[in-house]
Amino acid sequence: MFLRNLGLLINATMTYTPPLLLAALGSCFSERSGVINIGIEGMMTIGAFVGASMALVCGNPWLAFLLGGIAGALFGLLHAIACVSFQADQTISGTAINFLAPGLAVFLSKAIYDGSSDTPPIDISGKLPKVFDGIFPIGSFWNNVLSNYSVAYLSLILVAVVWFVFYKTKFGMRLRAVGEAPEACDTLGINVYRIRYICVMLSGFLSGLGGAYITLATVNQFRPILVVGQGFMAIAAVIFGKFKPQGALFACLLFGLCSGVQVLAGASNIGISPNLISMIPYIVTILALVLFVGTARVPAANGKPFQKAK
Amino acid sequence: MKKKLVSVLLACTMAFALVACGGAKDPAAPAEETTEEAPAEEAEAPAEEAEAPAEEEAEAEAEAPAADYSEIKVGMVTDTGGVHDASFNQSSWEGLQRAADELGIQVQYLESKADSDYATNLDTFIDEEYDLIISVGFKLAEATKAAAEANPDQKFAIIDDASIDLPNVTCLMFKQAQASYLVGYVAGLTTETNTVGFVLGMSSPVMHEFGYGYCAGVLDANPEATILQQNANAFDKPATGKSAVVSMVSNGADIVFHAAGGTGNGVIEGCKENKIWAIGVDKDQSPDGPETVLTSAMKRVDNASYEASKAVCEGTLQSGVITYDLAAGGVDIAPTTTNLSEDALKAVEEVKAKIISGEIVVPETKDDFKAAYGDVYTLDEE
Repeated sequence: MFLRNLGLLINATMTYTPPLLLAALGSCFSERSGVINIGIEGMMTIGAFVGASMALVCGNPWLAFLLGGIAGALFGLLHAIACVSFQADQTISGTAINFLAPGLAVFLSKAIYDGSSDTPPIDISGKLPKVFDGIFPIGSFWNNVLSNYSVAYLSLILVAVVWFVFYKTKFGMRLRAVGEAPEACDTLGINVYRIRYICVMLSGFLSGLGGAYITLATVNQFRPILVVGQGFMAIAAVIFGKFKPQGALFACLLFGLCSGVQVLAGASNIGISPNLISMIPYIVTILALVLFVGTARVPAANGKPFQKAK
Repeated sequence: MKKKLVSVLLACTMAFALVACGGAKDPAAPAEETTEEAPAEEAEAPAEEAEAPAEEEAEAEAEAPAADYSEIKVGMVTDTGGVHDASFNQSSWEGLQRAADELGIQVQYLESKADSDYATNLDTFIDEEYDLIISVGFKLAEATKAAAEANPDQKFAIIDDASIDLPNVTCLMFKQAQASYLVGYVAGLTTETNTVGFVLGMSSPVMHEFGYGYCAGVLDANPEATILQQNANAFDKPATGKSAVVSMVSNGADIVFHAAGGTGNGVIEGCKENKIWAIGVDKDQSPDGPETVLTSAMKRVDNASYEASKAVCEGTLQSGVITYDLAAGGVDIAPTTTNLSEDALKAVEEVKAKIISGEIVVPETKDDFKAAYGDVYTLDEE
C-alpha cells in the first residue's frame, strides 16, 4: 500500500512538474539578465497551441515541440524589442503579451478549426514518446515511477545544462553580470543588448516548450484553459528558488509533489474538504518561504531598462 | 519619444488581443443593422419593413413555409466556460444554430469572461430587445433573476437551475442522473476487474446527480463492483484528471467515468495511455478517443435550447420548470456504440425502457441513494 502510494505520488509529480520546470528555467534566463518577464504565461499558451496544431499538420511530435518553442521565442523577441531596445516598462510589455498571445492562439484556432477554440485531438502515435512504455505491467509501481514522457527526463537534464551554462561558461558569467551591473559590463565592451535579447528569447523558447509539453504529452489537444496560472507558478518557482536553476528545480518538484498529495488525499476520502486540499500547494509554498528559504536576492538591475551611454 | 511610440504600439496590441477574445458573429445571423432596427419603427413604416426582409423571407419560405420567424431574435449568455467549452455552452449554441437554420430566426451569443459579466451581457440583449434570452448554467441564476424582475416583459430561459419562480422565466432542467445510470450500467456489465472509477469536477447538488446515477447503474448491473471516486475540485486541471486515472488504474479500475469538463480531458488521455475504458460526459466524446471512449452520458442541452426557441416563435413558451428526461430525449447514452458489446447494448435498451416506464427510479439525492444502495457514494460529504 505504501509502495503503491509512493509510486502514485512520484507519477503525479512527474506529470505536473515538467512544463512548470521548462518555463521556470526560461524565466531564470530572463530575470538573471535583468529583464522581468511576466509574459511567461502567454508564451506558454502560444507554445501549447502551435505545438498541438503543428503535430496535427506534420505528424512529427519532436518537430511540433520545437516549433512550439520557436513560437514562444518569437513572443520573447517582441518582449525584448519593447524592453531592451525601446526601454519600455517590462511589466506592461509582459502583461500585453499575456493578453496578446492567448488571444492570438484562440483567434487562430477559431480561424483554422471551424470556429472551435479547441484543436482536434492528436493521435497517441503523434504524441511525444514515452520511455519504458510497456516494459512494466500497467498500474505497477515501476510503471508509475519510470514510464514518463521522454521530455520529462529531458527537462531534468536541462536543469544541469542550464546550471552549467550559468556558472561554467563565459556567456553565463556575462549574463549574470549584465543582470547586476549593465553599465559596468558596457564599459568593459560587453554587448548588453545582445545578451539580453538572447536571454529573453531563450526564456520565450523554453516557455513555449513548456506549453507544447502540455498539449503533446499531458493531454492531446489545445484548449484555452490548459495553461491557466502555470506561467505564474513558474515565476513563483524562480523567485522561490532564489533565481537559480537548481533552486527552481526544487521549487517545481515541491509544487508537483503537492499536487500529487492533492490527488492522493482526494482519492482516499479522508474527510477533509476538497477546497482545503486544493490549498495545499500554496500553503506549503508560503510556509517553506517563511520558515526555510529566507529572502531571495533579486538581480540588482532586474526590471531596470538599460540605455547605452551615448 | 521612442517610449511614447512603444507604449502606443503596446496599447494597440492589447486592444487587438481584447478584440480577438470577443465573441464571433454567427454567420447565420444577418448583419448588425437588422438587430438595431427597433420593432416600434417597423410598425410605423410597414411598407419599408415588407421590402427589407424580402430576400430572407424567400429563403425561410423554402425551408419553413409555415411561418416567417426572421424577426425573432434569441440570444444566449454563456457562463465563464465560453461557447467552445465542449460542454453545455457549446451544446446550447449548437441548438440555437440549428434553430437559425431550420426556423430562420436570428441567434447571437455573448461570452462571459468573469462572473461579473453576466448582468452586463443580459442587459445588452435586453437593450437590443431580444425575444428570448437563454442563460446557460446555474452560475447565472442570480443575475437572471434580477434581470427578470426588473424587466417583466422580457422572456428568459435558464439551463440547470430551478430556483427562479417568475412568470417570465423558463427553467430548463435535465435528468443527468438517468444518463449517468445508463453509462454506469454499461460499466458494471463491461468491467472485468469488478472495479470502476468516477472523477467528479466539483462538489455541487447538480454534479452529484451524475455520481448518484452512475453508482446506482454500476451496482444494479454488478452488485460486487467497487467504485473508486475522486473529486478533482476543478473543471480546468487535466493533469489532475490524468493523475486520478493513474491512481485508479493502480487500484484495479478498468473503466473511468468523468463529469469534470476540461479536467476530464486528462481523464480520457490517462485512460488512453493506460489502455482502459473511459466514459465521456455531456456530449458524445468518442472523437476524443475512438478506441478508448466506451460510451458517453449525453445531456441534450441543444434540444432544450432549440425547443425553447421554437416555442418562442410559436408563442407557446411556458414559464416554470421544464424537465428534460430520458423519455423526452433530453438525456441519453451516446449514439456511438462501436466499443459496446452486444449484451451491453441489449441491456441498455431494456434498462432504458424500464426507466421510461418508471419501473426503475434513478436516485437523484443523497437520501434516495443512501436508502437504496447504502453509503457507497462518498464525494458528497461535507
